[in-house]
Amino acid sequence: MSAFGDAFVYLNDPFNWTRTGGILDLLVQHLRISALAVLLAAVLAVPTGVLLGRSGRGVGAVVVISNVSRAVPTLALLTVLAVTPLGFSETGTVLALAAFAVPPMLTNTYVGFREVDRDVREAARAMGMSRGQMLTRVEFPLALPLVATGVRTAAVQVVATAALAALVGGGGLGRIINLGFGQQDTGVILAGAVLVAALALLTELLLVLLSTAVTPGPRRWPLRPVRAPGAGEPEPTSSGVPL
Amino acid sequence: MASLGALSAANAPAAPVLAADEAPNPWFDPSYVTDNWDTIVGYLGQHVRLTVGAVLLGALIALPLALLARRTRFLAGPVLGLSSVVYTIPSLAMFAFLAPFTGPLSATTVLIGLTLYTLVILVRNFLAGLQAVPADVREAARGMGYGSMRLFLRVDLPLALPALMAGLRIATVSTVALVTVGVITGNGGLGQLIIGGLNSNFYRAEIVTGSVGCLLLALVADVLMAGLERLLTPWTRAAR
Repeated sequence: MSAFGDAFVYLNDPFNWTRTGGILDLLVQHLRISALAVLLAAVLAVPTGVLLGRSGRGVGAVVVISNVSRAVPTLALLTVLAVTPLGFSETGTVLALAAFAVPPMLTNTYVGFREVDRDVREAARAMGMSRGQMLTRVEFPLALPLVATGVRTAAVQVVATAALAALVGGGGLGRIINLGFGQQDTGVILAGAVLVAALALLTELLLVLLSTAVTPGPRRWPLRPVRAPGAGEPEPTSSGVPL
Repeated sequence: MASLGALSAANAPAAPVLAADEAPNPWFDPSYVTDNWDTIVGYLGQHVRLTVGAVLLGALIALPLALLARRTRFLAGPVLGLSSVVYTIPSLAMFAFLAPFTGPLSATTVLIGLTLYTLVILVRNFLAGLQAVPADVREAARGMGYGSMRLFLRVDLPLALPALMAGLRIATVSTVALVTVGVITGNGGLGQLIIGGLNSNFYRAEIVTGSVGCLLLALVADVLMAGLERLLTPWTRAAR
């Protein structure tokens, strides 16, 4: 297949990486948009999830948000925001991506804080902890694995969908794929696919390692075989949280 | 007065006036829908065909895979690991990976890509559903002389059905949304309207018609699947 050869040639040409608007520029833009979107969504979703999860209210709202968000095409929101007065700006892209990053973070944070054992809370209160101390020293460490899962799911999804911004005139690595399809050049298409997919997989890997490192308690490194695998247990993402 | 108005307009600092601002550009226009009904229905048909095809193909491949993964424990790890890797690949990159083999402008590219995603969702949910069937019940059925085929049809399938249907619902709704990304190949169903409106001087009525159409289609699909689940599991209602 000559597409592989063409893709290799494209990726092996340093000029394609370093020129203005080349792969490196697009990568920086891609990462900047993604980081802003994740940050914005986290600022909105995590405190809300903590509040709702601690009070145990708002299950209905959380379920509805996570279900409806699955039905909304990212492309539709990106396009609709582009024809509002916001126009074709990075702001529109960041807002659209943040909207899709909120549900996984909200759901996981909510579940994480709701699932903290009642007895543990009771014991903490009996030991004289204030509400603030309970939050930072008891509930947060216990909920951290799920909160981290939510942030990871959202971040990987944002990095993946940021590629779609190229379809509506935005930037990021999706541009290379869009350009390739526009020119019917399978080599460029394949090169873009490799770059976008590699970025998403690397983000996932990095965040898995990071969340393992910040999780308190005995380390369970992700790539080591586990003795009793929870095979078939769906990951608690927004698409399958047992609420 | 008219000349004064013209003068002051000429002297005013030139505000940037775009061509898109001058013509009326409503968010929704019923006459757009009626005038372009055939086009919209055509794209809707493509959207439905791609969704149904991807979910059916995905289910047909996922069920044997899930059964195999349950039977042989050492296969479960690789199957689930591979499926989460596939799920991490962005849809645009997935279509781009397939394009050199199936053609950059072919609907097959979109269908295969979507099938891979539904496959990933369905294998996880099918396996979870099948593993949740109590071992005692299967043991009892085997003790009563059930063969493996009858065991599957009369015991596993009814008990795992709620989980299977939940997986199918999630897969259907996410596929309806994902079809729109197929515009990159020119086969995006209602997504063609979204990008078509963008390319027709940012015509909002077309963009909104496509977007709302996608949402309604997802809603209708979800309601239909819920109804199907109710029909298939009459015993869950009798218990109440």
